Amino acid sequence: MSIWEYANPKKFMATTDAVLPWVTGLAALALVTGLVWGFFFTPDDFRQGSTVKIIYLHVPAALMAINAWAMMLVASLIWLIRRHHVSALAAKAAAPVGVTMTLIALFTGAIWGQPMWGTWWAWDPRLTSFLILFLFYLGYIALWEAVDSPDTAADLTSVLCIVGSVFAFLSRYAVNFWNQGLHQGASLSMDAEENVADVFYLPLLVCIAGFVALFVALVLIRTRTEIRLRRLHAIELRERLG
Amino acid sequence: MMLDLGKYAGTVLSAYGVSLALLAVIALASWRGAVRSRARLAEAEARKAARNG
Amino acid sequence: MIRLFRRDLALATRAGGGFGLGLAFFLIVVTLVPFGVGSDTGQLAAIAPGILWLGALLSCLLSLDRLFQLDFEDGSLDLLATAPIPLEGVVAVKAAAHWVTTGLPLTLAAPVLGVLLNLSGPGAVWLVISLALGTPALSMIGAFGAALTVGLKRGGLLLSLLVLPLYIPTLIFGAEAVTRGQQGLSATTPLALMAAVTLGALALLPFAAAAALRVNLR
Repeated sequence: MSIWEYANPKKFMATTDAVLPWVTGLAALALVTGLVWGFFFTPDDFRQGSTVKIIYLHVPAALMAINAWAMMLVASLIWLIRRHHVSALAAKAAAPVGVTMTLIALFTGAIWGQPMWGTWWAWDPRLTSFLILFLFYLGYIALWEAVDSPDTAADLTSVLCIVGSVFAFLSRYAVNFWNQGLHQGASLSMDAEENVADVFYLPLLVCIAGFVALFVALVLIRTRTEIRLRRLHAIELRERLG
Repeated sequence: MMLDLGKYAGTVLSAYGVSLALLAVIALASWRGAVRSRARLAEAEARKAARNG
Repeated sequence: MIRLFRRDLALATRAGGGFGLGLAFFLIVVTLVPFGVGSDTGQLAAIAPGILWLGALLSCLLSLDRLFQLDFEDGSLDLLATAPIPLEGVVAVKAAAHWVTTGLPLTLAAPVLGVLLNLSGPGAVWLVISLALGTPALSMIGAFGAALTVGLKRGGLLLSLLVLPLYIPTLIFGAEAVTRGQQGLSATTPLALMAAVTLGALALLPFAAAAALRVNLR
């Protein structure tokens, strides 16, 4: 048994077929629990009032926006090194989900910032970095759409993903240098001093688990779709030739 | 059960609304893509089987 | 390689090669800005570093799609790929030729256009230094983007979508250096960081661009 067995599309389809309902169920359960818990059963913050409830969407979405790109980077590297088609398709499948997460993080941040900072948008390092991340996602998806041959598209987007990662990192630090911002520090860091209080912390963890499970479920669904479309393409090609 | 969101009710509700709507969009899009691709593939496999059989 | 460099220079400077177009575009951008934001000299001086850097960046972008496209269409890129020099070298040479025909003229013309925007004397000095250090990175990053999109029918728009986000670090450090220089502060920190970005791009991106070209030539 090795993990590479799942690079076989047939094996991947069979395994994910069995796993998918569980992941989807877990995602739904954790999301509903976390969000209901966070929305109805947590106290208001003494300074932020009820807006503190936005944290249950904002923080998990922001986390997943970055993790989705990291996952695409790993998948791209696997494709370039080991040429497993499933890996390339998984990277392609993850991009729209990552975009959605980035958008949620940006929108909830803007909506929260309006009453708290008195502005929808500030050119703060974290906000700016997320906007830049959004642009990278757009470029990546656009390149996938633009190239006809699937293998060429996979190669080119993988190279773009790697170079883009380096530049996204650079931009992050360049932006930090450019403007020290309004954004508060980490609310989930390991040193407990800075952490948010437990009443907010536990439902937040459940929400994060929910977002992770949701991301996995969506990527699996979309990867399966891509595999089917690839097979469909192959069959149609053979029909036209035959 | 109605809870008092205070003066920020609009803010909180719109944040939840926008986020859930976006999540719904991506989930629905993924699901529809899956259903469509499954139907089209089944059709193609049937055609292939008919031709070969 | 030197011959390839000369050939690219000759092609670019020949009529219709696009040489000078970038400069003219730069001039037009700088001319249009006061119409948009008003002719108040203090305000213009404040935004001049950003405008000049943005203008340089956009004019650099303008000529990128021709970098590999023509050679790809007439097949000479295939010849170059099978030539004894490595494809990485070809990419680097082409980026260098692109820089000589766009980045270098832009750098030289920038202080003159800076006068139009009321840029102060020390600001102009830092502008030239920062452009000289930064535009090679713009050409090299652009070459990478052009290599990615070379096989596409309508690659131009996609090219700018791919390349502009990659320009962000250079733009930030460049404009910051000029702003600091103009205010009489020390501009060496952003300049050093920008030089680091440029050197990193020059060292690594030829490999990425050559990989993308090989994929597109398959």
